[in-house]
Amino acid sequence: MLRLASARTGGLVALAAIVAALPLFFPNNFYYDVAIKTALNAIVCIGLNLLIGYAGQISLGHAGFFALGGYASAILTARYGWPGLLAMLAGAVGVGLLAFAIARPVLRLRGHYLAMATLGLGIIVAIIINREIAITGGPDGMTVPRLWVGGWRVSGAVAWYWVAAGALLLAVWLSLNLIDSTLGRALRALHGSEIAAQTAGIDTTRYKVLVFVISAVFASLAGSLFAHAEGYVTPIEAGFLRSIEFVTMVVLGGMASTFGAVAGAAILTALPQLLTVFQDYKHLVLGAILIGVMIFMPNGLVPSVALSLRRLRPPVPAS
Amino acid sequence: MSLLRVEGLSKLFGGVHAVAELSVAIEPGRIHSVIGPNGAGKTTLLNLVTGIYQPSQGRILMADEDVTALSTAARARRGVARTFQNLQIFFNMSAVENVMVGRHLHLSDRLVPTLLRLPSVMRANRAAQEKAVELMRFVGLAAYLDAEADAMPYGALKRLEIARAMASEPRLLLLDEPAAGLNPKETGEIDELIQKIARAGTTVVLVEHDMKLVMGVSDHILVLDYGRRLAEGTAAEIRANPDVIRAYLGTQAA
Repeated sequence: MLRLASARTGGLVALAAIVAALPLFFPNNFYYDVAIKTALNAIVCIGLNLLIGYAGQISLGHAGFFALGGYASAILTARYGWPGLLAMLAGAVGVGLLAFAIARPVLRLRGHYLAMATLGLGIIVAIIINREIAITGGPDGMTVPRLWVGGWRVSGAVAWYWVAAGALLLAVWLSLNLIDSTLGRALRALHGSEIAAQTAGIDTTRYKVLVFVISAVFASLAGSLFAHAEGYVTPIEAGFLRSIEFVTMVVLGGMASTFGAVAGAAILTALPQLLTVFQDYKHLVLGAILIGVMIFMPNGLVPSVALSLRRLRPPVPAS
Repeated sequence: MSLLRVEGLSKLFGGVHAVAELSVAIEPGRIHSVIGPNGAGKTTLLNLVTGIYQPSQGRILMADEDVTALSTAARARRGVARTFQNLQIFFNMSAVENVMVGRHLHLSDRLVPTLLRLPSVMRANRAAQEKAVELMRFVGLAAYLDAEADAMPYGALKRLEIARAMASEPRLLLLDEPAAGLNPKETGEIDELIQKIARAGTTVVLVEHDMKLVMGVSDHILVLDYGRRLAEGTAAEIRANPDVIRAYLGTQAA
């Protein structure tokens, strides 16, 4: 436990240091833009990892929640003149309620059926956004006004970098807090053995619903920030491929690892940009890297690296 | 008042009676054993009592309250804990955390204090951890305090399940074959452990095939055969019962 606590603080400090130092290496705004997208994807992945990695439930529809957050911010600020933060909050509450309403029937399903149901959910959101042209702008998307925080207008890549980085650190902190608690242990327990969890008095349905709602709210908030940061949202953000991308990030970085979710998001957001040097072979190289990681590190990057580090150290005798 | 009473309990699996019209009362503060040949319905009975199965017929009462319609978790809240014949360990957690899950009913899990890691959450965490360590020592797992569950040997995992079950401070502890797969020395240790648990005030129901263990620790034995009650009584009574001998050894022996 002590070991866990130090890994937790150490990880947070290290992440904060990386986030603070990164801009020193950014030659231009393009790098800031990639970093902002990375941080916002990572927030979705941290929430999704609570659902997939810790509680053992799959969702192939989280891009739907991400887009709903983004469009809630876009529509409420652009068409109704709401303050940005209030719109963001309203989006999160709305998405939370939607997730709560569908969680009970959906989470009764397991495995492939749960995957299908959440997949359907994401597709429905994408269809609605595409069709309701009068409100959402349809397939062309819509522009999003700048975000005002108090009297400060958040604009420019540098400002957004610090906002996204702050939100990321906050998300990591919340996730770490959640996991190392009675609640977090209940989530992990229902993943480990649902029957044993129930026998220990854990109302497993309630916890599944709770973690589904939490992960949806994380996605919604990231979506809102994304809409403001980009100044533009399109239905692509709700798409099936986007949902798959989020799940891939979680799996690549390492299931049941908050820092793994961040690493997965960082790699899959930044790598395609860095791989442009391979030009036409970009996707081939990306695919090879993904396959390689999954073959040689089936537990994902961060847990595998953590394990080999632990093996390097001499074992501590039990007290 | 019986701690647990089942009345006319039946469970059908596709026309086969796993448990048939069974009526049993478990009195507080004793070690009860349920024995019987394979397929006699022992584990089915535990699954019915803990609400993992719904009975086809009959009622289950805990301290005179009808719990037949209640969920497994709701029954745990009323003081039932159990271990599993085929281990149900949380292999995604450390050994201590497994036992801490057993403390669930005694801990607050409110979302906002948890997310903000308020001092009350930290205190509860520490208290749960201390209790878990104490229980691991109690069941003889002092050597595994830093272990991950998936790195522990089978015999230790059996004890870990007992520690996890004890963590809820149950009134009724159901042990499903705690000695299965253990060597005689380990079985002797489980024997002592069961007696220690009973002395501390928990009523134990033991489902077990190891007759030496059963005859040694039980105050009261229930024998099942084809889901029905074949006999009931003390170890001496059961050992002398011709029906029991026939069920176990065949008619020739009787």
